[in-house]
Amino acid sequence: MVFSKTIFNLFGKSPISPLQAHMTLVVACAERLQEFLNAAIANDWELSSEIFDKISKKEDKADEMKRQLRLQLPKSLFMPLDRGDLLDLLSLQDRIANRSKDIAGLMLGRKMSIPEPLHQQMIEFVSSSIEAGRQALKAINELDELLEVGFSGKEVDFVEKMIGELDQLEDKTDLLEQEIRLKLFGLEQDLPPIDMMFLYQVIDMIGELADLAEGVGGRLQLLLAR
Amino acid sequence: MTIFAEYGQILIILACLFGLFMAWGVGANDVANAMGTSVGAGALTIKQAILIAMVFEFAGAYLAGGEVTSTIRKGIIDPAVLAGAPELLVYGMLSALLAAGTWLLIASMMGWPVSTTHSIVGAIVGFAAVGISPDAVHWGKVGKIVASWVVSPVLAGTIAYMLFSSVQKLILTQDDPFKRAKKIIPFYMFAVGFLIAMVTMLKGLKHVFKDTGVAMSFGECAMMAAGVGIVVAIIGSVLLNRVKRDEEAEHYNRFASVEKVFAVLMIFTACAMAFAHGSNDVANAVGPLAAVVSVVKSGAVGAKSMMPSWILLLGGVGIMLGLATYGFKVMGTIGRKITELTPSRGFAAELGAAATVVLASGIGLPISTTHTLVGAVLGVGLARGIAALNMRVIGTIFMSWLITLPAGAGLAIVFFFFFKGIFS
Repeated sequence: MVFSKTIFNLFGKSPISPLQAHMTLVVACAERLQEFLNAAIANDWELSSEIFDKISKKEDKADEMKRQLRLQLPKSLFMPLDRGDLLDLLSLQDRIANRSKDIAGLMLGRKMSIPEPLHQQMIEFVSSSIEAGRQALKAINELDELLEVGFSGKEVDFVEKMIGELDQLEDKTDLLEQEIRLKLFGLEQDLPPIDMMFLYQVIDMIGELADLAEGVGGRLQLLLAR
Repeated sequence: MTIFAEYGQILIILACLFGLFMAWGVGANDVANAMGTSVGAGALTIKQAILIAMVFEFAGAYLAGGEVTSTIRKGIIDPAVLAGAPELLVYGMLSALLAAGTWLLIASMMGWPVSTTHSIVGAIVGFAAVGISPDAVHWGKVGKIVASWVVSPVLAGTIAYMLFSSVQKLILTQDDPFKRAKKIIPFYMFAVGFLIAMVTMLKGLKHVFKDTGVAMSFGECAMMAAGVGIVVAIIGSVLLNRVKRDEEAEHYNRFASVEKVFAVLMIFTACAMAFAHGSNDVANAVGPLAAVVSVVKSGAVGAKSMMPSWILLLGGVGIMLGLATYGFKVMGTIGRKITELTPSRGFAAELGAAATVVLASGIGLPISTTHTLVGAVLGVGLARGIAALNMRVIGTIFMSWLITLPAGAGLAIVFFFFFKGIFS
């Protein structure tokens, strides 16, 4: 005999821990860019290629997690978080992994060399972008605590503060980006134009990583505001 | 009545068997729904849940089940219409029991979440309206019962919402929730003890008091209930003091230790839930049985007779049998942890449901414990307490609502004419 346990099917699977796992993976993707940049600056394209493969694998896995989580969130689910905001948050998170892979892919494909005077600043720029990602992850990791208190009280202020710090990190990354662009503008005359075009594009994409992290924080804020 | 002289014994034995069958179904399926919250939240093991269920289901049935039993027994059908043909009531109640029990069995096998209450009420209304005459049904009373099926989940949801909101404000959002929880939770325990004791004394023990000549005013009852509540709170405080902080678990979730405190509270609300379930749902099996016994013994409908206590005992035993033979298996399937339900939420849902059911029992309204619990869980969900609730289940429950009434009625009508054919 199959006896029912149907009323306890009332409890759907929580989207929170999968969302956190996804974010963890995505940030790990971005973190690899640091080593990748170092290898690229050292002109070690073998190592770069290895790192790219690792990023690529992680990105695939993040994609799969995204798909799973989407399937797990049918419209009939009643959640303390808005479903639309949650799905937006998820796709923003996922784009961090995609962008990281794009950056590594483009640099590897063109064996892109970075002009000597920019080395230090680029390293700093990438690490600042990654830092923004880490901060966003920290905020996302507060989601289970937020749920526990029913999205109210001090915990909300605590997360708001984290999001504030995240915004500052993004501002800092923006400033670094401007400085690099300015410096590159001074150098570009003497360098191959097509290389420069792509370098600008890479700089753009690294800045975008921080933007995406900030976007994740913004979505989280929307989730809290409901 | 010659029929009763000839077949009285057989009719009573049949009624006992069918009543036992129905009670078995309640124990096998429904109890698991009532207790599953505590098991699912990890506050109780299956064994503990079954132990609590056995003791408190029985206590609930015996101490506070009288009003609902009397509603099922004589509230739905108008005795005046049946005065000339008491045997029809006997056949009817027999068929209602068999119909509801059968429907429960079918539904359970198919995995549909049906309500034991809805099936028995549907069955009684069915045989009375079709088998006898539409005038035989107290439509006013039936209307009230049906209305209570809508009101009870809403009420339970509201109470659970308020309980969980109070937990948020008083404990979870405070500086040291662990310390706060230990301080505040005894008050919730007091509420549990007070509520159960109050309903028991005001409604359940009315007959006992009358027999022994004890008269207690509302105020005296309240005082006594407060005393019970204080005792419960003291026992609870002793248990709470044993809960230690779990630093390691707190590393992953800062509220891990607080939940351990709530798990203690959930032991108490589980008792309340079992009590409430017993007070409301045992009547489903026992009410028709009591009606049969009273008519056969006195030969008339609506004779003023005390319900023999062995009938309640039989209901209690049937539920225990159901629990022992099947209930634990059902509980086992729920037993896998429902990670989405932590004790701080589970308690709010359980207490909201238990309070509603106990109140309904006091007024004599047969409501569905399962549906009330679902309402309570949704209440906690509305307070942004639960990560994900699958609303499709609500649709299934609504469907089972729509199907159970006619199914119970249809089966009862068939059985009714069958019994009528056999015995007369």
